[in-house]
Amino acid sequence: MNARTLTLGLCLLASPIWAQGFAGLGTAADGFALPQSPALFNFPEDHGPHPAYRIEWWYLTATLTGEDGAEYGVQWTLFRSALAPREAEGWDASQLWMGHAGLTSSEAHFSAERLARGGIGQAGARPAPFSAWIDDWAMTAIDPEAADALDALTLTARGTDFAYDLDLTATGPLIFHGDGGYSVKSAEGQASYYYSQPFYSVTGTLTLPDGPVAVTGNAWLDREWSSQPLSERQEGWDWVSLQFDSGARLMGFTLRQTDGTAYTAATWIEADGSTQAYLDGALTMTPLAVTDVAGREVPTEWRIELPDRGLDITTLPLNPQAWMDVSVSYWEGPIRMTGTHPGRGYLEMTGYD
Amino acid sequence: MIQTAVSTLLSHWRRHPGQLATLIAGLALATALWSGVQAINAEARTSYAQAAATLGQDSLDRLVSASGRPVPLAEFVALRRAGYLVSPVISGELREGEARLRLLGIDPLTAPPEAGAPALQGEALDLPTFFTAPGLLLMEEETSLGSLPPGLPEIVLREGIPPGAALTDIGTAARLMDQHDPSYLLVARVQPAGLPPLEQATDLRLERPGATTDIASLTDSFHLNLTAFGLLSFAVGLFIVHAAIGLAFEQRRATIRTLRALGLPLRSLLVAISLELAVLTLFAGVLGLVLGYGIAAALMPGVAGTLRGLYGATIPGTLSFDPVWAASALGMTLAGAALAGAQALRRTASMPILAPANPRAWALASARSMRVQALVATACFATALALGVWGGSLLTGFAALAGLLLGAAMILPASLGLVLHLTGRGARGALAQWLFADTRQQLPGLSLALMALLLALAANIGVSTMVGSFRGTFIGWLDQRLAPELYVTAASLDEAARLRAFLIPRAQAILPIVSAEVPLSGRPGEVFGHIDHATYRDHWPLLQAVPDAWDIMASGQAVLINEQLARFADLSLGDPLEITPDLTLTIAGVYSDYGNPAAQAIVTLSRFAETFPDVPQTRFALRIAPEDAPMLATALREDFGLPTDAVINQTQIKRFSMEVFEQTFLITGALNVLTLGVAGFALLTSLLTLADMRLPQLAPVWALGLTRARLAWFELARSLILAALTFALALPVGLCLAWVLLAVVNVEAFGWRLPMTLFPADWLRLFALALLAAALAAAVPALRLARMPPTTLLKVFAHER
Amino acid sequence: MGLLLHIEELTKAYGPVSVLNGVSLTLDAGQSLALTGESGSGKSTLLHLVAALDQPDAGSIRLDGVEIATLDDSGRAALRRDRIGLVFQQFNLIPSLTVAQNIAFQARLSGRHDPARCAMLADRLGISALTARYPEDLSGGQQQRVAIARAVANGPALILADEPTGNLDEATGDAVLDLLLDLVRDTGAALMMVTHSTRLAARLDRRLHLSRGLLSAAPLVA
Repeated sequence: MNARTLTLGLCLLASPIWAQGFAGLGTAADGFALPQSPALFNFPEDHGPHPAYRIEWWYLTATLTGEDGAEYGVQWTLFRSALAPREAEGWDASQLWMGHAGLTSSEAHFSAERLARGGIGQAGARPAPFSAWIDDWAMTAIDPEAADALDALTLTARGTDFAYDLDLTATGPLIFHGDGGYSVKSAEGQASYYYSQPFYSVTGTLTLPDGPVAVTGNAWLDREWSSQPLSERQEGWDWVSLQFDSGARLMGFTLRQTDGTAYTAATWIEADGSTQAYLDGALTMTPLAVTDVAGREVPTEWRIELPDRGLDITTLPLNPQAWMDVSVSYWEGPIRMTGTHPGRGYLEMTGYD
Repeated sequence: MIQTAVSTLLSHWRRHPGQLATLIAGLALATALWSGVQAINAEARTSYAQAAATLGQDSLDRLVSASGRPVPLAEFVALRRAGYLVSPVISGELREGEARLRLLGIDPLTAPPEAGAPALQGEALDLPTFFTAPGLLLMEEETSLGSLPPGLPEIVLREGIPPGAALTDIGTAARLMDQHDPSYLLVARVQPAGLPPLEQATDLRLERPGATTDIASLTDSFHLNLTAFGLLSFAVGLFIVHAAIGLAFEQRRATIRTLRALGLPLRSLLVAISLELAVLTLFAGVLGLVLGYGIAAALMPGVAGTLRGLYGATIPGTLSFDPVWAASALGMTLAGAALAGAQALRRTASMPILAPANPRAWALASARSMRVQALVATACFATALALGVWGGSLLTGFAALAGLLLGAAMILPASLGLVLHLTGRGARGALAQWLFADTRQQLPGLSLALMALLLALAANIGVSTMVGSFRGTFIGWLDQRLAPELYVTAASLDEAARLRAFLIPRAQAILPIVSAEVPLSGRPGEVFGHIDHATYRDHWPLLQAVPDAWDIMASGQAVLINEQLARFADLSLGDPLEITPDLTLTIAGVYSDYGNPAAQAIVTLSRFAETFPDVPQTRFALRIAPEDAPMLATALREDFGLPTDAVINQTQIKRFSMEVFEQTFLITGALNVLTLGVAGFALLTSLLTLADMRLPQLAPVWALGLTRARLAWFELARSLILAALTFALALPVGLCLAWVLLAVVNVEAFGWRLPMTLFPADWLRLFALALLAAALAAAVPALRLARMPPTTLLKVFAHER
Repeated sequence: MGLLLHIEELTKAYGPVSVLNGVSLTLDAGQSLALTGESGSGKSTLLHLVAALDQPDAGSIRLDGVEIATLDDSGRAALRRDRIGLVFQQFNLIPSLTVAQNIAFQARLSGRHDPARCAMLADRLGISALTARYPEDLSGGQQQRVAIARAVANGPALILADEPTGNLDEATGDAVLDLLLDLVRDTGAALMMVTHSTRLAARLDRRLHLSRGLLSAAPLVA
């Protein structure tokens, strides 16, 4: 099968970003559950999959530094996309899984993709002991005694020309976006459940074509699930997760709408884990420079302002060519901020096809 | 000015639409023949590649269980969880009475890109429906119209799926086949970095693609036949284009002369002619493409049937439009037209303004060119002979073919002239004398058409001799090699032992079939172990053998090798052959082994067992009274419980093969008739054009006391004489062609030589066909002559000419 | 000397163009007749009708009392073959045959081939040395001599000549005409010759002038 056609279809199902034009997703049909406010979480169960919802992901990004001071970025994502709101058994493909792995240095960017169906054990996720996996890629809890299942993890992935193996230890609590984890995505009210663990410290090894590199750094895990997250008027998003030198964090996104306007949201996270959610309009993201990436014009330098926090920063990519060359491609890579709040972070930009 | 010139040139066609029609038809037919053959070839190749690619069997390794049973699902998941990129396939056949459907259940999520099924590209599928029960079946329209088993899910029509098969999600296949475990796993060519070799990670057997598709060389053989035909049709087409263009110029000699006399500069005239030629050729070429497409589409089901047969290569019986063959066919026509046009333009350029149209002068000039042609022909023959005898590659084989054909075409006019001269001398009556003398004089005008006829006839004889020889040899060889009535395969040693016990009271003989892959003389090869049994002694086809070869074999001191190995490694009887570093045996015989590209050797079973103790004896050939074979097969399946595929009845294979060859015959037959028809058309074009030019030669004979009807008969006879003589030359050329194909091209391409069989009855039929073609071609001009008003003939005698 | 050719009220038109408008004439055996007239006056048409190469619209042509109009295609072919010798302005030899074969051709067609006679004719016409050659190797005068030999070799009752010297220069033409007249006299055949030259016409027994499809006695001097 043409993997491209298939995964294009998959991604249409899986990811809200590419949902425009996919009319069926905008509605609450087919028996899928919808996020409700207020959000009520139940851990560790909610770290595992929610087959009743159409889409879900375990999304981890890490900003890393080698012993020689060279900077790296790592991405590990497991998407779940349901064709029907039920657990899969055997070859039944009602639950489809897609893994994306990325590794960025200042000179190179590697990406890999895996697809699988649930039900035969090739891919899946379970809450306790926590693990999310596809093939030999896995995010697995290593400390059964930890307060939260996600507090201590190993993370592995492998492509044809790269691999990584990282240990992650949380230094802070889970944080919840929007209204206690109920994250509104449009003025029409589309929403998702959305929480994060932004406080990982990381040690591990990257395997590059030139050999292994020991690294340390920080990582940020996003958990999100929903059934109809995007409005038909939204054509893509620009998303950042930022770790400031001060110890505070910021998650922010702009959903670009077809009429040229944007829907924005942000979560300010103090070093102690306390959060403040910002609604539409509080955050502004302005592209400063575009780069020709894989034949597309992609804004790789941004000015980000959050006046309420006195924040006015400029972001620069570690590698402007951090293009995820997978079935549905997007830009995802590590960045460095200058301005009022210096630090490092991750930028994801979708819908630039 | 050029516009005026063009419109004047074109006005000729308005006055003589018949001539225009023949010119266009000639060009179009030439294009059609070539493009038709090309289209079939291209389509068959693409489709075969596509069909093979459906399972990635053309390029991907597979993992299969050593027992031949399905691969446990857990094994697949374990390999994936270990990081290996393997993809499961559940394949099998659904049957219900006569209705059959082959199912290919793939996992699109893990299938490597090389295994990409074109069927799933393009128009997006409704993925949720494809992936979830009851699922979708993708198949060709042809398949969907056949008789299908009941209870199938929704069918979606898609191109590029093997006929008789449906492509579906592995989940759907699992449900329909009631089979949970994959039949086998496809292995992606590029595996992730840093993993140990796959062989170390699993007990499953890794099959290289070559091992599963050794029939590919047979399909190659078929394509080679078609390619040879393409080459010939190209040559025939080129001659026809040449003839058509040349005649178009002759017909308008007077117009061109007048235009020049009226002051049109030569340059403008040449430009005008080139323009006109280009436009006409393009138009006719496109027309030819349409025709060629039609021919190919009509023949395609036959080709599909042939390849589907013994070769097992499944291609759809339909044709898709491929711009490559279209362009190549148009290119051929344009090149041919340019070549012919260049010659005609040169003649026009060098023609004195007031040169009279004098066919006799033309004929005289061509006597010189005939001598040149004869010289060229001699050179061609010498080259072909040298290449055929001393050349050592496929390329030289084809070059020899080309030399042979070109030489034959070139020598044709001179040899026809000589024969006619000698016959005319010996002729008694005045009319007979005139008939031969006049026929000879007509040669230059007809030589191109006759060359085309010669090539068509030679191709006909050559290709049908080759196909016939192939068929005869292959069927005979199948009879020998497939002497045992049944072939059975056990899944394990344990089952093999029970199978033996089951068979001992039921079969006359149980012949184990064991083989091991070892390099032989530095090439990939296979060694078989045989027991000493009359089946082999009586039936095994030995090409060469030392005396008492079988006794020496039975002693364990000797080895038999296949023809391919003997040829590749230049081995002959008595030479030593190293089987393993510890075992070297003397060659006692060479056997024919058609359809197998690899080197092969046979030793005794005991030798084999000593040398390869790990190879299990799980396959057996059974001897039994032929009439009891079906019953035993049923017993093996139903009482003993062997899977259907594990029992093979050899009569089925033979019948299958016969059908395949009948199909092949059908196609070559159809192409033969077409080629001949086109050559006949070239003859018609030439004769029609010559008819006008010949009036000054015919009118006096009429005036001297012959009726027009008799003259017409003479015209017909002339054409028949030429066709008969051309056939006489075509026969040896065709046989040489067949010899080169069988003894040179086949050996170079596949490593085996086929004995040549002659089919005189076919020659008679072809002779009759050639005469028929010539008679049909001559019929129109002859009829016109018979009905010609005397005034037309009298114009010849008019004072002012 | 008996009546050989009797033509009565002959008319012939090609489409709308009327060529002969009621021509009548007679010709005795052994007699020679010159037909003169302008271009397009119908001389050649009359000759072709007499040669049974074409058929009249109305009127009658009787050769030795046989009405040509009643003959079918093969009858007319036989008549041409056996009774008539033809000489054309363009010679119209058969290019693929040698001179000897050309001379003997018609005689052999009619089964009256006499090698001695052919040899004698070649000799008298001065072309004996050329018999192995092909027509295109000969000069115009030589070709016309071959044509005359061919026309006479058969021993025809009537020789029809259409401008036999029209393609030759005057000296050659005169020589060729001399030979023709000599041979006609010796063989006892009748001759009907179309010419536009009154000078040549004067050398024949009778002269008729054709104008607008009608015959009149031709003046000796134009």
